[in-house]
Amino acid sequence: MTNEELKTGITELQPSVVFDEAIDANGWLTANVESTAWLGFAEQLRNRPELQFNFLFCATCVDWKTHLTMVYHLRSTIHKHELVVKAKLDRTNPEIETVSGIWRGAEFLEREVFELFGVKFLNHPDLRLLILPDGWEGKKPLLKDFEDPINMIRL
Amino acid sequence: MTTQQQPVSDFPGEIHDTPGGGIVLSKLDDVINWARSNSLWPLTFATSCCGIEMMSTAGAKYDFSRFGFEVARATPRQADVIIIAGTIVNKMAPVLKRLYDQMADPKYVIAMGACAISGGPFFYNTYSVVKGADHVIPVDVYVAGCPPRPEALLHSLITLQQKIKSGLTREQIREGKEAI
Repeated sequence: MTNEELKTGITELQPSVVFDEAIDANGWLTANVESTAWLGFAEQLRNRPELQFNFLFCATCVDWKTHLTMVYHLRSTIHKHELVVKAKLDRTNPEIETVSGIWRGAEFLEREVFELFGVKFLNHPDLRLLILPDGWEGKKPLLKDFEDPINMIRL
Repeated sequence: MTTQQQPVSDFPGEIHDTPGGGIVLSKLDDVINWARSNSLWPLTFATSCCGIEMMSTAGAKYDFSRFGFEVARATPRQADVIIIAGTIVNKMAPVLKRLYDQMADPKYVIAMGACAISGGPFFYNTYSVVKGADHVIPVDVYVAGCPPRPEALLHSLITLQQKIKSGLTREQIREGKEAI
């Protein structure tokens, strides 16, 4: 499907989804979704025969200081189309439903976001540190206001 | 520098012509240093993009085996020189220390690229990068660049050879002091 077809098709499925005006540098369409609506939307993206986004190739997070944004990059290896989904999260208590039941690969990606940004993934099967060594629980080193006077030199 | 280094790159010793042949006079230490410096086995160790340049240096185009570095070892117990090719993060630091400790004496260290020298592009605002591999293990030769070109790495390898031949590596100086 082309980006325009995706836009109209997804709007029919989920009228609450807001699309960015601009197509990003990779030529991908960006869809903004409420964090509470994400799980239902993700299931539709995965299972609808005309969409079939069967590959979550990137899940990461952005700290905007006022809020966090979860960013999911999806691809369909069947229909050869891509979609970026963004969900705004509350910075003081970031929570979103896990999609590891839909895309198995999300399990590790979400663990990484959890250790670096402190996003809590609800119903995640095994939410603990992935790469950071023991003792880093809850430190969230990729947040903009993270301070580490021993290891970090501020510019 | 060149005036000092020029003589030691030849075989160390003097040839005295005698009827029917000749005698070479030399010091055993110098001969050992000469032999060691011409067969340095590097450890297969690379932590980031400098490793790509190191592979290129090992490959056919630049070919560091011309200078005696061809036997890259996958175990530190058989390696003479460790080329720190890349960023050392806090989590990697104990591994690097262990690898260095497992290497047999005499052992040499080359810090390749900005990250291994000082943390380089990761000096500021990062929680995970060691600000220079010499915080973890002692370094003999530093080679600048991000990443250094293969020619620069070759130059650092030859510099290390000259350092060994001159008896001026950190280890050789320490051993000399202990002997006295």
